[in-house]
Amino acid sequence: MSSKILELKNVSKIYGNLKALADINLSVNAGDWLSIMGPSGSGKTTMINIIGCMDTPSTGSVILDGVDISRENAGSLTRIRRDKIGLIFQQFHLISYLTAVENVMVAQYYHSMPDEEEAMEALAKVGLADRARHLPAQLSGGEQQRVCIARALINSPQILLGDEPTGNLDEENEGIVVDIFRRLHDEGVTIIIVTHDPEVGDVAQRKIILEHGKVVGDIDQSATFGEALKLKGKGE
Amino acid sequence: MFWRMITKTLIRQKGKMFMIAFTVILGVSLSTAMMNVMLGVGDKVNRELKVYGANITVRHKDAALMGDLYGLTEGQGVNDKFLHEEDILKLKSIFWGFNILDFAPMLDGTARLEGVGDVSVVGTWPEKHAVLSTGEDLHTGLKSLRTWWEISGEWLTEDDNNAVMIGHLLASQNNIHAGDDIVLNGKTFRVKGIYNDGGQADGKILMTLPAVQELTNLPGKVSSIEVSALTTPDNDLARKAAQDPRSLSPDEYETWYCTAYVSAICHQIQEVIRDGVAKPVRQVAESEGTILNKTTLLMILITILSSIGSALAISNLITASVIERSQELGLLKALGAYNWQIAALVLVEVMMTGLIGGILGYFLGIGFAQIIGQTVFGSYIEIARMVILIVAVILFLVTLAGSIPAIRYLMALKPTEVLHGK
Ligand SMILES: Nc1ncnc2c1ncn2[C@@H]1O[C@H](COP(=O)(O)OP(=O)(O)OP(=O)(O)O)[C@@H](O)[C@H]1O
Ligand SMILES: [Mg+2]
Repeated sequence: MSSKILELKNVSKIYGNLKALADINLSVNAGDWLSIMGPSGSGKTTMINIIGCMDTPSTGSVILDGVDISRENAGSLTRIRRDKIGLIFQQFHLISYLTAVENVMVAQYYHSMPDEEEAMEALAKVGLADRARHLPAQLSGGEQQRVCIARALINSPQILLGDEPTGNLDEENEGIVVDIFRRLHDEGVTIIIVTHDPEVGDVAQRKIILEHGKVVGDIDQSATFGEALKLKGKGE
Repeated sequence: MFWRMITKTLIRQKGKMFMIAFTVILGVSLSTAMMNVMLGVGDKVNRELKVYGANITVRHKDAALMGDLYGLTEGQGVNDKFLHEEDILKLKSIFWGFNILDFAPMLDGTARLEGVGDVSVVGTWPEKHAVLSTGEDLHTGLKSLRTWWEISGEWLTEDDNNAVMIGHLLASQNNIHAGDDIVLNGKTFRVKGIYNDGGQADGKILMTLPAVQELTNLPGKVSSIEVSALTTPDNDLARKAAQDPRSLSPDEYETWYCTAYVSAICHQIQEVIRDGVAKPVRQVAESEGTILNKTTLLMILITILSSIGSALAISNLITASVIERSQELGLLKALGAYNWQIAALVLVEVMMTGLIGGILGYFLGIGFAQIIGQTVFGSYIEIARMVILIVAVILFLVTLAGSIPAIRYLMALKPTEVLHGK
């Protein structure tokens, strides 16, 4: 019933003699909400970069919306990223001298045309209509990350990618952001989130566990990360 | 959006942008000043640096031929063909008469100096004052062509037909001093001065033209004319014309004839001096051109060096500015900006800063040019419009060249390297 939006086939990323990703196979359906967990250095960021068209695998193929992005050049990767991917970062990365709404409009500018009204609506959706004219330095961390989410969503991407989007937030702001993800999921947005926080990870419908560049766990909504890790322990 | 980002970046990076503008101001003002001085005072430099002395000699065409064939410039068999004294003043009536600065006729001969034997004598106009048919006052003569002579005693004057000057070699060999009397062909002359020329003339006796004409019985004749003319350095056209003016097309001939090339001036001299052949005196004519070329070269060199200096300084500043903003620029890439879009963003910033600096620098440079004009040449320097164009092109290329390292850095910048981690 649901269509495949992303498929990783035998994907490896090799740095010298280090396999950051080792023979990963993974397929994601449109509308899925995945969280990726794993110890530091297990290859989570590497994987997000490859899915987000910011890096290419050493071997294997990545099919994004029917296109094999592992064979594309830098120019078309940029175009695919612009059209299909929304990115959120742990350090927010807002442009410090532009206001919240202008930061959203930058993404519109490089995608098509800046449209202030549309940008304001996107901010309203994350509850920041009244903070639109503030500079990033005048916003709290949680508010800044919500601006980033608005920016990531402004061009209606097929996949929302986040590398530790709540890593720099307190519990309250984490809750707000997770609520936004929940709402986006209900709207049918495909979400892939890297996180260290089991509470954030557990909200996702599907959980992937990476270790030493390998997928060591892939479980559905019913189990929590805690249970998954236990299951894994028994398996060994 | 683009402009909003540009203006806000410019404001935020005002320290660096100010430094870039300052570099541009320095470079542009220097180049503007140099080029205006170069173009505006080519003539003045020429006048300033001119080695006074003849740069053209006119001789009878047969004598000139003998000279060319046998290297003879005097002696029997050569000086039996003469020019006419009455033609000389016509030199000022040629198209480039205004560029003829000084001239003097020469009549070579020999005379018997009592107690010594035969000696070479030269008759000339030591000084010449006349009113031309145009009404213009003329003051010229050999004195103006021999400014380097060291004299003990005095110069001959225009009508000193009973006096002579003696070259210092001849004088010292025969123990003759200023104030002595000598006898030439039985006639007594007063020695007014001893001169040191540094050349052949040091063994000769210099007299007025009428005196030598009388001694040699050649009334109204002269052997040669020395001419000092202000000339434009030769170019291809001038060289082609020097070979044979008839090889030029009518348009080329017109251009050549109306430019103060030494060949054009020689050609015009020949039109007024009967039987005359005018030839540039190689060393002097070329050294003037060379001096002017060296000055030009020096100014071009300064312009090039200041351009390179500016390019280096600009490249440092831009690279630093880009590295400082690598997170922001990497983010733009992650948001879908192509490399060229980011390069354009940086280039427009730099070009705008350069433009502002360039305009300020241009006006400053015009000021410098006037200061140089006043202090060095004592005159106003005309502003050449084409300098604006040249400076604009140089500035554009310099900022572009200066941006290359930053652009290369941008191209290679990977969003993943700047967006993750602390
Ligand atoms: N550009 C690179 N060159 C060499 N090695 C790299 C590079 N990028 C990542 N690595 C290595 O690849 C491995 C996986 O890195 P990655 O950043 O994907 O880990 P991670 O799971 O995101 O860790 P963390 O939770 O600390 O963010 C690490 O061992 C890292 O040192
Ligand atoms: Mg990571």
